Amino acid sequence: MRRAVSALVRKDLRVELRTGEAVPSMLLFSVSTFVLFHFAIDRRSVEGDLAAGVLWVTLLFAAVLGITRLFVAEREQGGFDGFLLAPVDRTSLFVAKATVLFCFLVAVELAAVPAFAILLLGPSPWGAVPELILVLLLADAGIAVVGTLVGGLGIQTRARELIVPILALPLMIPLAIAAARATEPLLLEAGAEALPGRWLLVLGLYDLVFGLLAFAVFDFLLEE
Amino acid sequence: MFSRGLKPLAIASVVLIVGAFALVFFYAPNDADQGFIQKIFYLHVPLAIVALCGFVAGGVWGLRYLRDGDRANDLRSYVAIHLSLILGLAALITGSIWAKAAWGHWWMWEEPTLVSFLIVFLLYACYTPLRFSIEDPERQARTAAVFSIVAGAFVPLNFIAVRMAESLAHPRVLTATGGSMPGEMRLTFLVSLIGMAVLFVTLCKYELASKRAAMQLRALKRRLADEEDDWLPARRSAAPQQI
Amino acid sequence: MAGTDDGPAVALRELGRAYGDRVALAGVSLELPRGSTLAVFGANGAGKTTLLRVLATLLRPHKGDASVLGHALPDEGWAVRGRIGLLAHDPLLYRDLTARENLEFHARLHDVAAARVPVLLDAVGMTRRADDPVRSLSRGMAQRIAICRALLHEPELLLLDEPLANLDPGAASRVEPLIGRSAGVARVLISHDVELGLAEADLVLGLRGGRPELLAPAADVGAGDLRELYR
Repeated sequence: MRRAVSALVRKDLRVELRTGEAVPSMLLFSVSTFVLFHFAIDRRSVEGDLAAGVLWVTLLFAAVLGITRLFVAEREQGGFDGFLLAPVDRTSLFVAKATVLFCFLVAVELAAVPAFAILLLGPSPWGAVPELILVLLLADAGIAVVGTLVGGLGIQTRARELIVPILALPLMIPLAIAAARATEPLLLEAGAEALPGRWLLVLGLYDLVFGLLAFAVFDFLLEE
Repeated sequence: MFSRGLKPLAIASVVLIVGAFALVFFYAPNDADQGFIQKIFYLHVPLAIVALCGFVAGGVWGLRYLRDGDRANDLRSYVAIHLSLILGLAALITGSIWAKAAWGHWWMWEEPTLVSFLIVFLLYACYTPLRFSIEDPERQARTAAVFSIVAGAFVPLNFIAVRMAESLAHPRVLTATGGSMPGEMRLTFLVSLIGMAVLFVTLCKYELASKRAAMQLRALKRRLADEEDDWLPARRSAAPQQI
Repeated sequence: MAGTDDGPAVALRELGRAYGDRVALAGVSLELPRGSTLAVFGANGAGKTTLLRVLATLLRPHKGDASVLGHALPDEGWAVRGRIGLLAHDPLLYRDLTARENLEFHARLHDVAAARVPVLLDAVGMTRRADDPVRSLSRGMAQRIAICRALLHEPELLLLDEPLANLDPGAASRVEPLIGRSAGVARVLISHDVELGLAEADLVLGLRGGRPELLAPAADVGAGDLRELYR
């Protein structure tokens, strides 16, 4: 299975590097959303819980954009058939796609989070960068898993572009809660406080539960 | 196939529901702070609890369907989830009425149970459109089963997360749902809960039996019209058409 | 359950498959010995592609029994996947990757040595254009790459949906030793060219509305009988 996963991941990353369809749009969307927030909430800068909220809502919506792009090459260029014909474990498609989505999210955040810090964030985040990275990585893993699962659910339907967002958002609410609450003390005006371990635990639990679940059921979404 | 025990169940639910109403109006005391309107709690909380159990049961049957491919399990999953959705809507409405009457707001963000319930409701509201958007019946059943399992696993996670989020900022408001209920309230609540559960099971069985009868009728009609392909479904639908 | 290696390449009994409420296949029964060719004829929508996809393990049978290379479908589909080659209408290639990258990807998926890729590219005469993205190739060229993809893992059963479509006579003669009769593997062939298909076949199946209207050894079938199917 490792062979199949690595072949799929390399293929997807290569296509993305060549066509640049997903990551740039997600990034552009994020920055536009930051600008929108500035005007919508009429603030020059945000901090603490408001900052965490703006950041995570934006990242989640950008992730939803990424999810809809995830299986598009397979769908439009007959890639599912090509994969289904191969003598490989079908779960490898799930692992590969989740890895790809994770990479997309990390790539977007590498630019979007600094953009957020420049445009909207009041306090300087430098004091809490390692903790911020930890929260981002844990949350990205959860988004990748749930996003791939929802993308897989959407493969079969005709109303893909609608079903994916309305399924993904409620499913990701616990993740959003945990991520925002964990980020909040890191972005305080008065100086970053300690990272609340309890929320990291919730993120970890979320990642674990959905990861195992998706691993078990994804196969069924590919069969005919 | 499904109508075994339907009549005694129906009678039992009528008895329990009537009994619960009687207890609510004549036996349970008025709440000291909230007055008479607090009694909607005996409707709202059982609705919510039974709906949640129904959602989880839908996931269990979805899992059974994936395991053995028996379409009857897919039908059970569908019926459990969409009836729970109706009960869930009623739970949200009664919860809102209670909140307005008791605390003056139509919605209480401070009440984590209500908020979690809204999120779960939003998720399961996607179930029927998801089913409807897939034409091939076997694919529809399989996708729906996967969804029901994922959503079923989501329910407890969601409640944990929301409860943790609210408990830090705001104190719990609904103390009546805690453990400190006087004896009369507790009995009334128990009867209401059991009555709601039995009603739900009765409704499920009723819908299952009626759908099964409709399928048999369709099959007979087809055979009478001398159509060879009696194993094909007739029209697009979110509900399973064939067992 | 191990599959038998000397049984028929394909064995179908009352095979049925539906798309929603439309019958795609019904009552198809046949046996194809190893190394022989089955040619499938029929008008558009007659069920030819559905039959091919069932044999390719992409669709599961709704009714009846199907076994490919001795393994029953759909339960043992995983056992035959690496031994079947499908050439479908869609070339199943990623348009943003080059021909070579596509083939190397499929080679990795099928656990085939990458060294086979240049060999096949050369056999179909596409070595020169191998490093151009697939979107820049003509349909005929893409078809040749698709043929390479289908043959990468040296399948024992070839499922060919109009393999010579879009190919000029030069290209067609280049691929003949790979996918034609002389290749010596069992084949299920869909063709709209009645004479060509008949010449290639050992067994002929004619479908109308998903049902088998004609099933006979090729020697007993004339082109005229086949043309009836399209009326």
